[in-house]
Amino acid sequence: MPKLIRLTEARAELVDDRFTIVADDQDIPVGDVILSLARYEAEGEALAGSGREIGVVLGGDEAVEALVYDLPRIPVVALTFAKYRDGRHYSSARLLRERYGFKGEIRAVGDVLREQAGFMVRCGIDVFAPSDGSTPEQWAAATARYRHVYQRAADDREPIFAERAEGRPTDGL
Amino acid sequence: MYQYDVLDKEFLADRSAEFRHQVARRLAGEITEEQFKPLRLMNGLYLQLHAYMLRIAIPYGTLNTAQLRKLAWIARTYDKGYGHFTTRTNIQFHWIKLRDMPDILDALAEVDLHAIQTSGNCIRNVTADPRAGATAEEVDDPRVWAEVIRQWSTLHPEFTYLPRKFKIAVTASAKDRTAARTHDIGLALRRERDGTLGFEVMVGGGLGRTPFIGKTVREHLPVDRLLSYLEAILRVYNRHGRRDNPAKARIKILVSQLGVEEFTRQIEAEWALIDAAKVDLPDTELARIRSFFAKTDFETPTRVSAAFDAARLTDPSLARFARNNVHAHKVPGYAIVDVSLKAIGATPGDASAEQLDALADLAERYSMGEARVTHEQNIVLPHVKLDDLPKVHAALKVAGLASPNINLISDIIACPGLDYCALANARAIPVAQDIARRFEDADRAELVGELKIKISGCINACGHHHVGHIGILGVDKKGEEFYQLTLGGSGAEDAEVGKSLGPALPANRVGQAIEDLVEVYLRERKGEERFLDTFRRTGVEPFKEAVYAEAH
Repeated sequence: MPKLIRLTEARAELVDDRFTIVADDQDIPVGDVILSLARYEAEGEALAGSGREIGVVLGGDEAVEALVYDLPRIPVVALTFAKYRDGRHYSSARLLRERYGFKGEIRAVGDVLREQAGFMVRCGIDVFAPSDGSTPEQWAAATARYRHVYQRAADDREPIFAERAEGRPTDGL
Repeated sequence: MYQYDVLDKEFLADRSAEFRHQVARRLAGEITEEQFKPLRLMNGLYLQLHAYMLRIAIPYGTLNTAQLRKLAWIARTYDKGYGHFTTRTNIQFHWIKLRDMPDILDALAEVDLHAIQTSGNCIRNVTADPRAGATAEEVDDPRVWAEVIRQWSTLHPEFTYLPRKFKIAVTASAKDRTAARTHDIGLALRRERDGTLGFEVMVGGGLGRTPFIGKTVREHLPVDRLLSYLEAILRVYNRHGRRDNPAKARIKILVSQLGVEEFTRQIEAEWALIDAAKVDLPDTELARIRSFFAKTDFETPTRVSAAFDAARLTDPSLARFARNNVHAHKVPGYAIVDVSLKAIGATPGDASAEQLDALADLAERYSMGEARVTHEQNIVLPHVKLDDLPKVHAALKVAGLASPNINLISDIIACPGLDYCALANARAIPVAQDIARRFEDADRAELVGELKIKISGCINACGHHHVGHIGILGVDKKGEEFYQLTLGGSGAEDAEVGKSLGPALPANRVGQAIEDLVEVYLRERKGEERFLDTFRRTGVEPFKEAVYAEAH
């Protein structure tokens, strides 16, 4: 079974992927699957009746708004980063978490590199299929490089201005 | 000015440690140049024609004496003894070795400087009026808001991989010294009749291949809602800006394709959905940031200075310097001093290590420890007592920094061009030097008055040629350098994109063409008209005739 990195709190671990990402021209295999948005819209309803879980993978130009009404029964939304520098799904992830309250798994697939790990985690992505062979240890280290952040995002990190307000000693060194 | 606290300092230390680790991996061969490239670019390190170029951020162009001295030290220790100030108010060093980079970043961090977001498709260094806190013209201190934006935009997790780079400028005076309308977002502070402070928000300006002047999407954004509104703009851009072609990826193209009304509607719709309380800074933090900029330690010298008045009567060079480089300060008895980095024959924007040290000394002794960088690649000493002007002028002379040519024809913006840059089609610096020499006679330059020449070595327009009163664009014609002239551009409050004068000229005809254009202006001008005003009145014809008639 293929492995993924799952991040919980500050721990990263290798987990089995029970989902199969199914290409549009591929027959649906047994078990839990992740379908493209188009196929999910066409076949999702019928498949859901077969007692399995069905996730959705979004292409770079597909918007999370298309999923809003289905989110309560979607276990996983996979976001495709065709190139690491295509940053659209950083917005998608934040919207899923912050605007639509999505509690399921948000998975980064595609050109997923350790150098972007910190940004992805802050935007609410919690499962990763790295394309650079990163280990969970490397992934966890990459997300823990900064003791402070300057703004709120989808994670629960408090920004520097909130740390200041809480009265952490902040005089110059 | 803003003081880093322990949290800001720890952040920089973490950044520096991260890059040290990445450089070590590269030097050990663990990662390829291709893999390393995005990492070094995130730290302002470009590979140019001859060596690595390091671009260091100078947030809203503000430097203290310790920072100036550190930059001088870096120039001396790791470069060839000079640095180059850019139109983004950053400084670049052009002869950097990769193995020195981690130490350089540590040295910068010691004085709260860094190279974060000086490259890449992210929110770049925020610029502000270089006269902030010193001019009576402003309705508020734009540095407060520039610092707010600096913090919010630093490693913003959602907006680090935008379709393209993103530039923001903040001004608070009717006279715009930031070229706000040529930015992805220009913010102009305005006070309403009822006294409330707000921003006019202009979006979609930009130069490069397709120049646009920014459009106003909001006349009056309450200041305390700034960050949530910016987040809405950036989100709409991040999601919908074009990514298929880098030349069409700036927000100006999105605004132009959607039309400003539809674009505005999308921003407002997004803004309405944002949980603003999570994004907008609390009043306590705004007040904390503001407190760093509220200067109260001005002395109360007399409105006029007998020492200065006497000195300029006897020293014509001081009088000329005062006419062109010295401006009114909000506090009587003080002045704002522009220091030109455009000495005749020099490279525009370059400063030697000795000059940086001299500026540090002058800032320390005579300008409350502060200096500013302007987008026109000059330096400002913002708080100089009139009584001290003769001494400051004398010291600037010794340092080769007393050129009395601010806003005059030799105060030229030029990109590094083909002398340094891998993208350039033509040289820019020698063209600037040639023009400056032709107008070396200071009386003649003053007679011509305000005339902004801006030179870019390629269509990327780093020299802002589109908004030059005279713009000069280097093009490559079958391996030869040619130059396309444009007239009538402006980056100021009367922003406009210049119009093409005619076919590109070979390099050896550019200098004469500029002289011809100036002659037409002197002949045609009425009253107090600047070159730009005359051109706007007469149109291109008389200028075109003068330049191209000779060609036949």
